[in-house]
Amino acid sequence: MRHGQYRFIVGFLVVPLALYAVFVISPFVQAFYYSMTNWTGVSPQFEVVGLANFKALLHDSLFLRAVRNNAVLLVVMPLAVILAALFYAFLLNVGGGGGGTGVGVRGVRGSGFYKLVFFLPQVLSVPVIAVIWAVILDPTPTGLANSVLRGIGLGSTGWLADPNLALYCVLWVLVWGSVGFYLVLFNAAMSSIPKDLFEAALIDGAGRVATFFRVTMPLLWDTIQTSWVYLAVLALDVYALVAVMTAGPGGPANSTQVISLQIAQNGFQFGRAGYASAMGVVLFFFTLVIAAIMLRATRRERIEY
Amino acid sequence: MAVTTRTGDAGTPASTPPRQAGDGRGPGRTGDAGVNVFSHVVLIGWSVMVAVPFAWALLASLKTSREIFGSPWSLPAAFQWSNFARAWDKGVGEYLLNSIVVVTGGVVLTMLFGSMAAYVLARYRFPGNRLIFYLFAAGMMFPVFLAIVPLFFVVKNLGMLSTYQGLILVYVAYSLPFTVFFMHAFFRTLPTSIAEAAFLDGCSHTGVFFRVMLPMARPGLLSIGIFNVLGQFNQFVLPSFLSPERPVLAQGIATLLASQRYEGDWGALFAALTIAMVPVVVVYLLFYRQVQAGLTSGTLK
Repeated sequence: MRHGQYRFIVGFLVVPLALYAVFVISPFVQAFYYSMTNWTGVSPQFEVVGLANFKALLHDSLFLRAVRNNAVLLVVMPLAVILAALFYAFLLNVGGGGGGTGVGVRGVRGSGFYKLVFFLPQVLSVPVIAVIWAVILDPTPTGLANSVLRGIGLGSTGWLADPNLALYCVLWVLVWGSVGFYLVLFNAAMSSIPKDLFEAALIDGAGRVATFFRVTMPLLWDTIQTSWVYLAVLALDVYALVAVMTAGPGGPANSTQVISLQIAQNGFQFGRAGYASAMGVVLFFFTLVIAAIMLRATRRERIEY
Repeated sequence: MAVTTRTGDAGTPASTPPRQAGDGRGPGRTGDAGVNVFSHVVLIGWSVMVAVPFAWALLASLKTSREIFGSPWSLPAAFQWSNFARAWDKGVGEYLLNSIVVVTGGVVLTMLFGSMAAYVLARYRFPGNRLIFYLFAAGMMFPVFLAIVPLFFVVKNLGMLSTYQGLILVYVAYSLPFTVFFMHAFFRTLPTSIAEAAFLDGCSHTGVFFRVMLPMARPGLLSIGIFNVLGQFNQFVLPSFLSPERPVLAQGIATLLASQRYEGDWGALFAALTIAMVPVVVVYLLFYRQVQAGLTSGTLK
């Protein structure tokens, strides 16, 4: 019996673990090794060069540009998404007409419909979204976005063709696509808060705004914190949107260069696989550091309910 | 957040238990109309912002290129159904087939192997159990770009670049962390009594898994299965490096955009987009509860 059980366990684990080891773990481990070589990716011969790749990265202005752009996304994107999603979740949950009858704080009608629509960008592939927005943000005066600007009396602008605006266009599409997901997430977390907490707050005379900030928000803190880490990873990992939507990609004038794009270009076009792996390692440590900082900085006493 | 104008509920004696906020049903009665209207205006505003680009893209699939850019807000003078035929000829049919083959194989194997691993990790105690579980769970956090260059050479050395089997195996491997994590939690919640009864009846470990536990896990399988269908159908990063010669639909869309910059057949591009969007939106509308639950549950835990 005991023997049969172990055979069963091994039998069930061997294929998934083998696949995971070959296609996920081994490439991750290899990346660390290649990052210390001058491997081109083409020739089978290469040498171990220690930390030379990492030193070169410090003086690679294109890479530094990419890091700076990622940093802008990293700071602005999670903040904008979380604030917007919290705001909409707040409206969904406490923005409805109520009162007078002692029924207390209630959500708006049709919240199911709003969730359905808000969430939509999340299920479509990034290239689809990128193509739609690339055409909407057409720089010619007759483009869709420009026709809206003209409609409200403003002049047309270059959008993705304008080096000063392009990164913010990417940022906008990222935010636009992510808000619905986090709205649904926050909404689900809010729904799992027990009713008697709201009841108690009402009996104590708290209004809907006070209830939201004093009761709901602290109970959501765990969820917000997790969301922050996920959004930060998303901001660091952004690729498809930039690769499809921007000119070049990464342009104009490298204004939308990001780390992932640099990895792809160095690894697959410039024949610098070792150098690209070093960028991957840097990306990995950024992710690690940010997750650690976020989890530390936002740590609060966990409220059990 | 400027919704501080009307807080009419303050001080209302709670003679009846307050409703739990969240489902949003129930008629708005007297008072708070200002807040209510404000909420709806804001929420409808964002809904429009989300829906208009998609609706516009659907409409553009029936317009000429000149109409798309020249008069973006107007209806087409004549419906250009031929856009779809041209999109199909530009390779969309082939890309769609590639996507269907890869996603079918990928999701079936992901669910099978993912459930097998998750079940064993959730229900059996053995040395290394926690280690293997955390190994899988950690995979959800790693940036795929760290691995992409070595992964390309792993697949190349196996002779699997631009092949169905190559993409399927890679999809399965990269879908395992989330699937194992989610199914692990799900198998933990299932009662043990039925499995024990089956063991007493002489059922083997494998038999209990396939005949008792998997059927009981159907809601979890459905929700995570749909998640994987959408995730693998929408996958762009992995195929664009690993399958350049045999593009899937998401890649094909990106390639078409690049080529329309000089070919200028934007009607066909939007027809291709429509072909890519409609199946996903139909799946979403049919299963949106499972989709939302599946996508968000992975983040919550």
